[in-house]
Amino acid sequence: MKKVYAFENRCLGCGICEVYCKTAHSKSKDVIKANKNENVTSAIVIEEILQPKAISYFALQCRHCADAKCVKACISGAMYKDENGIVRNKEEKCVCCLSCLLVCPFGAVKKSKKGKTVSKCDLCIEVGEPQCVLHCPNDAIKVLDDKEAEALK
Amino acid sequence: MSLDFSTPLFEVIRDEKKCIQCKVCVKQCSNKVHSYDEEENLVKADDIKCVNCHRCVLLCPTRALSIKKYSLEFRENANWTGQAINEIYKQADTGGVLLTSMGNPKPFPIYWDKMLLNASQVTNPSIDPLREPMETRVMIGRKPDSLEYDKKGKLITQLPPQLELSAPILFSAMSYGSISRNAHESLARAATELGICYNTGEGGLNRDFYKYGPNTIVQVASGRFGVSREYLNAGAAIEIKIGQGAKPGIGGHLPGRKVDEDVSATRMIPIGSDAISPAPHHDIYSIEDLRQLIYSLKETSGYKKPVFVKIAAVHNAAAIASGVVRAGADAVVVDGFRGGTGAAPLRVRDNVGIPIELALAAIDQRLREEGIRNQASLVIAGSVRNSADIVKAIALGADAVYIGSAALLAIGCHMCHSCSTGKCNWGIATQEPELVKRLNPDIMYKRLVNLVTAWNHEIQELIGGMGINAIDSLRGNRLMLRGVGLNEKELEILGIKHAGE
Repeated sequence: MKKVYAFENRCLGCGICEVYCKTAHSKSKDVIKANKNENVTSAIVIEEILQPKAISYFALQCRHCADAKCVKACISGAMYKDENGIVRNKEEKCVCCLSCLLVCPFGAVKKSKKGKTVSKCDLCIEVGEPQCVLHCPNDAIKVLDDKEAEALK
Repeated sequence: MSLDFSTPLFEVIRDEKKCIQCKVCVKQCSNKVHSYDEEENLVKADDIKCVNCHRCVLLCPTRALSIKKYSLEFRENANWTGQAINEIYKQADTGGVLLTSMGNPKPFPIYWDKMLLNASQVTNPSIDPLREPMETRVMIGRKPDSLEYDKKGKLITQLPPQLELSAPILFSAMSYGSISRNAHESLARAATELGICYNTGEGGLNRDFYKYGPNTIVQVASGRFGVSREYLNAGAAIEIKIGQGAKPGIGGHLPGRKVDEDVSATRMIPIGSDAISPAPHHDIYSIEDLRQLIYSLKETSGYKKPVFVKIAAVHNAAAIASGVVRAGADAVVVDGFRGGTGAAPLRVRDNVGIPIELALAAIDQRLREEGIRNQASLVIAGSVRNSADIVKAIALGADAVYIGSAALLAIGCHMCHSCSTGKCNWGIATQEPELVKRLNPDIMYKRLVNLVTAWNHEIQELIGGMGINAIDSLRGNRLMLRGVGLNEKELEILGIKHAGE
């Protein structure tokens, strides 16, 4: 399946991906309203890595694992893998027990700021294409299938 | 501490209604203009640090930012302008030479804009490049005085080495050190894809870039950085740099802080040491000395590569160019006073040299009169801004043009004239890893390819309109040019008629 891959040699750590992630998962879908008035949690987070010469960054979000631990750990059946292999969270079922957050090996599930639920990457299924990738100014995140990603490694 | 007389040049305007405090501007500004005040939840700006590079403006996701000229005015005075006054304050403060970057910004005449091109009407058909073949390929190098063929019509004359370019465009010499590795990679990859050449500048050639050799011109300048036999044989041509349009008569200085491990290995100098290029080549004090260097480079490269000699356009450019051709150069490169630079003393950049248009016309004329025009190609540099400038240059007698500033603009330069600070926000004129990263060669080389491809299309349209189907047929064809608003002397030097004649 296609998922979002991060390239730390290109990532500037500017945080534009986070801005557009919040926008895509907001009610208004407006970049100003979403970031100013709506309490949205970004499902993509810029991580810093301290290296000998400089700080390096990469954008972290859900890997949509084949054998997703968060789905197994979910006590309410909210976390599921859809027919396309995307790991998603049904907010109406979620009880915010944070079991998924605890088992995620990447730390890609976040407790949502807006209420009793968690926030994670859904590849912008509602909006179409992942907005973080669309707006990255330096091609540091790309949507690739496994083969393409392997070829780039 | 005494009073600092400096005032901001620019003002950062932030629309608070649009600002979402995402801090992208704070993270992106290498000059540390923007800062976030947590207490007030506000992003603030320190105007005095702003160089107007537009990085924050373009990255702001809500377009909340714009930059304006700072509105502080001095009492109006045509002689003592604000800039003149501020320069005095700065020098009184530091006691130093004023440093600046990029090309001469003063309002001297731009002769490209005072020349107009011809087009065919009725009596001579124009050519549509979309329907008919067009040749924009050029060969740079010495051409023989005559050609001899055997009885079967096979060429007997042995041609001197030629450099083939798919368009009459080359990327100017910009050294690794003055510009970043990623900028270099973008230029090298674009030149390779386009079938043109880029130039190493005087900073040597990094190991990783030897693979772009067939599209590389290796430069030998007064500092001789990174010059070895292997280096001289790595490229498609060798260029001896005598002078640079932005700073004729003076050398160069790459500050030690820009000489990191990689630059040090490429330049073959110790890490952190200043790379100083002397003003003259210490082994060249005459045309005869130049000839010795030209021939030692030819000897080293087995007479297989053309040797270029680059000079700045100065008062006696025509006589100097004639000497350079007689010294054995396969191509003369002339760099006009508007040519760019990574760092130059402001007074030199703004006051030394002559316009490239006049130098080009004078040199081409002189070489023709002396019957040696065929002995070398003529490449010009020094602010070629678009395809029309190229067509006009070729009509004045150039074989090809170097583009430097235009190429940098294509990969993100915003002409803020701050290259010498080493804090280029666009990842071009810097060696700081975090800033270099901002220039993604995968994206930027394509922009360079696009630019040259677009210009090549436009060149075809322009010459097609004149009824010419090969760039070689336009060379030195000054009847295709007419001057507007030029005086008799200017027309005489340019060798063109006034519009209406």
